[in-house]
Amino acid sequence: MSDHSISMTINGRRQTGTVEARTSLGDFLRMDAGYTGVHLGCEHGVCGACTVVVDGRAVRSCLVLAVQADGSEVTTVEGLADPEGTLHPVQQAMRDSHGLQCGFCTPGVVMTFAALTAEDCKPTEDELIAAMSGHICRCTGYQGIRKAAKILVEGGAA
Amino acid sequence: MSEADPQAHGIGAARWIGKRVPRKEDARLLTGRGQYTDDVTLPGTLHVAFARSQIARGNIVSIDTSAALDIPGVHAMMLAKDIARQPLTMMSFFFTPSEVPITPLADGYVQYVGDPLALVIAETRAIAEDAAALIAVEYEELEPVVTIAQAMTGEPIHPDTDSNVSVEMGDDEVPEQLAATLEGAAHLITQTVIHQRISQAPMENRAVLATREGPEELTLYITCQSPHNIARWFSTALGLPEGAIRVIAKDVGGSFGLKNTPWKEECAVVCAAMLFPRPLKWTEDRYEALTASPQAREQEIKLDVAFDDEGRLLGAHSIYDCNNGAYPQGADANIAVHMFMWPAYKMPAYSFLSRGWYTNTNGLAAYRGPWAMESLVRETLLDKAARKIGIDPIELRRRNLVYLSDQPSTSSMGIPVDDITPGECLDKLIQHFDVPAFRREQAEARQQGRYLGLGIAAYIEPTGSAGSMAPMTGELAQVRIEPTGKVTATMSTHSQGHGTATTMAQCIADRLGVRYEDVTVYEGDNTRGGFGPGAAGSRQGVIGGGAAIRASEMLADKVKTLAAHLYNASVESVSIEEGMVHVAGAPEMSRPIGELANIAYGEPHRLPPEFEAGLEVQFRYQPPPMTMTSAAHACVVEVDAETGFVKILRWIASEDCGTVINPAVVEGQVAGGLAQAIGMVLLEDMPYDARGNPTAATFKDYLLPAITDVPVFEYVHANTPSKTIGGMRGVGEGGAIIGPPTLVNAIADALSPFGEIEELVLPLTPARILDVIEQRDVSGTRAHRHGTAVEVAQMADVPAPDPTSGQVPPVDAVVLPGGVHPAQDATIAGDWNMVLKTPMGPQAMKAHFDVEGGALSGYLEAPEGRQDFSGGTWSDGNAKFNLAVEKPMKITLKYDLQLAGDAITGKCKMGMFGTAKVSGERS
Repeated sequence: MSDHSISMTINGRRQTGTVEARTSLGDFLRMDAGYTGVHLGCEHGVCGACTVVVDGRAVRSCLVLAVQADGSEVTTVEGLADPEGTLHPVQQAMRDSHGLQCGFCTPGVVMTFAALTAEDCKPTEDELIAAMSGHICRCTGYQGIRKAAKILVEGGAA
Repeated sequence: MSEADPQAHGIGAARWIGKRVPRKEDARLLTGRGQYTDDVTLPGTLHVAFARSQIARGNIVSIDTSAALDIPGVHAMMLAKDIARQPLTMMSFFFTPSEVPITPLADGYVQYVGDPLALVIAETRAIAEDAAALIAVEYEELEPVVTIAQAMTGEPIHPDTDSNVSVEMGDDEVPEQLAATLEGAAHLITQTVIHQRISQAPMENRAVLATREGPEELTLYITCQSPHNIARWFSTALGLPEGAIRVIAKDVGGSFGLKNTPWKEECAVVCAAMLFPRPLKWTEDRYEALTASPQAREQEIKLDVAFDDEGRLLGAHSIYDCNNGAYPQGADANIAVHMFMWPAYKMPAYSFLSRGWYTNTNGLAAYRGPWAMESLVRETLLDKAARKIGIDPIELRRRNLVYLSDQPSTSSMGIPVDDITPGECLDKLIQHFDVPAFRREQAEARQQGRYLGLGIAAYIEPTGSAGSMAPMTGELAQVRIEPTGKVTATMSTHSQGHGTATTMAQCIADRLGVRYEDVTVYEGDNTRGGFGPGAAGSRQGVIGGGAAIRASEMLADKVKTLAAHLYNASVESVSIEEGMVHVAGAPEMSRPIGELANIAYGEPHRLPPEFEAGLEVQFRYQPPPMTMTSAAHACVVEVDAETGFVKILRWIASEDCGTVINPAVVEGQVAGGLAQAIGMVLLEDMPYDARGNPTAATFKDYLLPAITDVPVFEYVHANTPSKTIGGMRGVGEGGAIIGPPTLVNAIADALSPFGEIEELVLPLTPARILDVIEQRDVSGTRAHRHGTAVEVAQMADVPAPDPTSGQVPPVDAVVLPGGVHPAQDATIAGDWNMVLKTPMGPQAMKAHFDVEGGALSGYLEAPEGRQDFSGGTWSDGNAKFNLAVEKPMKITLKYDLQLAGDAITGKCKMGMFGTAKVSGERS
């Protein structure tokens, strides 16, 4: 196995490491960088739990190799809330609408919502729901996630 | 659920109970700071991977580990003989030892594809997996037994067993009188359900991190349903003092029954960690989880129900079979299916034959509502009956449901029926759904070639079980007001997403008179608080909630006693609101609760005489044996006649959940169960091929419901407080029980212009729906199930046990070797070692019989004690006697035993638990 030196910005901080070519970004984020909020639910790109934002786009970190993210800017769920602890609007919407139970799929759900509502993006509710069809939640029946999508489009409380 | 609904509040002027407050758990879970098992790493942790059987059945000829051991980073390799240096007894959920030999790693033979046979310890998970893949195994392959039908006729898969029957309960034949009722009825309706195998598929797979801390201590981080239960299980399995085992499970990513009991892999890791001087971690990947974790369901049932000409129930009989796999977490004939088939309905007579079967597939584990088949087969049969008899399905139910005005009553199986409201839930549901308007819309749509359907179902569910099975105990609340004035509580409850840290805090804040924000609940560690079995059987809100409420009331009394003493007031004049202690008529005396706490902990001379210092209380709540939840649901679907696709348009739940602690949590439980119901009816399937290979290995094969498959659920409240402290009823499993028949009934209603779903085979894929629409075998299901003549014969009469398959033959057919009938002059008198096969596992006991003429007396002795009996009869080699027992509940056991040489065979009728086999040998 060949080792590769990589460097990326994770949640605003520089992270370097040496990885095998086969190491996934998800494994690198969890095991080397210590961001255990990145959850590996299926490791084959279906469940969406491991979703992180790489250079502004939501990607499944189990399907991206760490070496592919060399030089990128990565945001994980740990990097969303502000340093004082105020929740990001997506996190707040999920909390207000009881969008989670066990919380395992939640980081991925939050990161997809965050990527699609960042800055000037104005997605419709249908677009958010369509994006959510790529996330599996086994607990909630998606009721709160639907409500969160509505809040994110319309603004305001649940 | 509306907060304005007064019935949402079961007790008094509730302030926190009944509120949709934000969850305590969410701040850490939303920011990625939860602690799931794989998130924990201890210094020196090494990683485990398993080599698994590639065949379903065979003997292991050799295992070559040399190539695997050559990989850099591999530390060790363990096979069954290595693991066996740490003895461990695998046990069921009921803490009974397995009936068939079972070891953490396959020992000499394999019994299913995925059976773990070697454990690799390496620097990283990737290296461990690389090494496991290089282990070369040579097998002597045997013909696998995969299906229930094969189990019935195939040779026993387990050594030293006479058949593949794991458990059998009930009557081989329909009792005479019931048979006459069925035969003579105006309408005899039959429903057959073939339920597919299900993967519980929690988002967090199984995982364990085990570390031995010196010769006398073991710490486990393990994803589970109760750290207390895991500690108790491993303590018993390893023969270690429970105090030596610490189990931590702070956050768990769902379970749904899977993680009740540690199974082969977790046990192998724990044994290895006892033998190896480094912490060991195993995290299952999804491929392993789908193909090698215990699984659920795979049941078949045929139910016959007799109706009179007005649609009233007269009698019923069912035959139920369940594939237990090779190593079930408790051999299971699912007696609860029969116990809860009819108590909600006025059913005069019911009998059944229920069997579990061993096969070369993954073992059976629990899944949300393990007995859910009763609602599925009954409610779909009722709709089929309504169509065939020509009566409205709602009216058919109304004629037969047990309303409050009919209670208390007793079901035909002896279940006390009290405090259930399925009929009332149905009536409330119909008030919220305009059925005639829907029928008009349906008729118009059909004119346009659109097929709408309405499904309705009603049910009751036993929740909050305690006191009748070993692991099912009460729950403990330890509540204290800290010297700071903040409130902390240690609970025996445990959340795998249930939000018990939230709901228990609401109960405490409400009854103590403090702010919800000031209450913190600790759980998830067996060294905190007392024993509780965790989330199993929809119990934590009911029992844990009751414990939290009563403990808080006791603590409030203590605060009031102290305040009355300090302020020279009467106890009755003291109240606690929002964390402030008030004395009536003396507002200047109001003090923060923390001020009193400071005195209670730090100024003993100011306390009343006999007042225990501090402000701490504990209470263990032992509730009634079970608390019933009732519901009726309605669902509207549209079936696309071209493609067979089903779209769910509307779903309304009318539920009697008793007191609702947090509407969002209750709705979340119902909705989650309903989503799993939609998965079971339309999508999920874990099939095996003819060689016993599980063929759904990824989430692209095993289809879970996505957001686009699940509608918005509507809730109608029909809540009535239960008789428990707080008045809660359990809601954890209901959605997964009532959901499937509701949805199937809607689809069947939509399909009714084309024909009946004659045999309900799940999931109802688009192809299976086209089978009905096109009235031909589009899906190939019929060909697959009834393909050969032999199989057709078996299907037509599944119940008939093959006389060569090792079944116990009818008593009058007992013939001893050599064609000798039981000796008339042989005697049963003397001492015997007996085994009674109960629904919770085999129970060994000693028996002593005395015979005097035709009179039989004696005693049975189990570890729990000895019970004498007299008044039995003995004639022609047949012994009959009755024994009244108190546990698990008051029932009379009716023994009917046959002597054959030095062996006894026979049956024991156990009231609502059905009939169990008995065997015995002279001691």
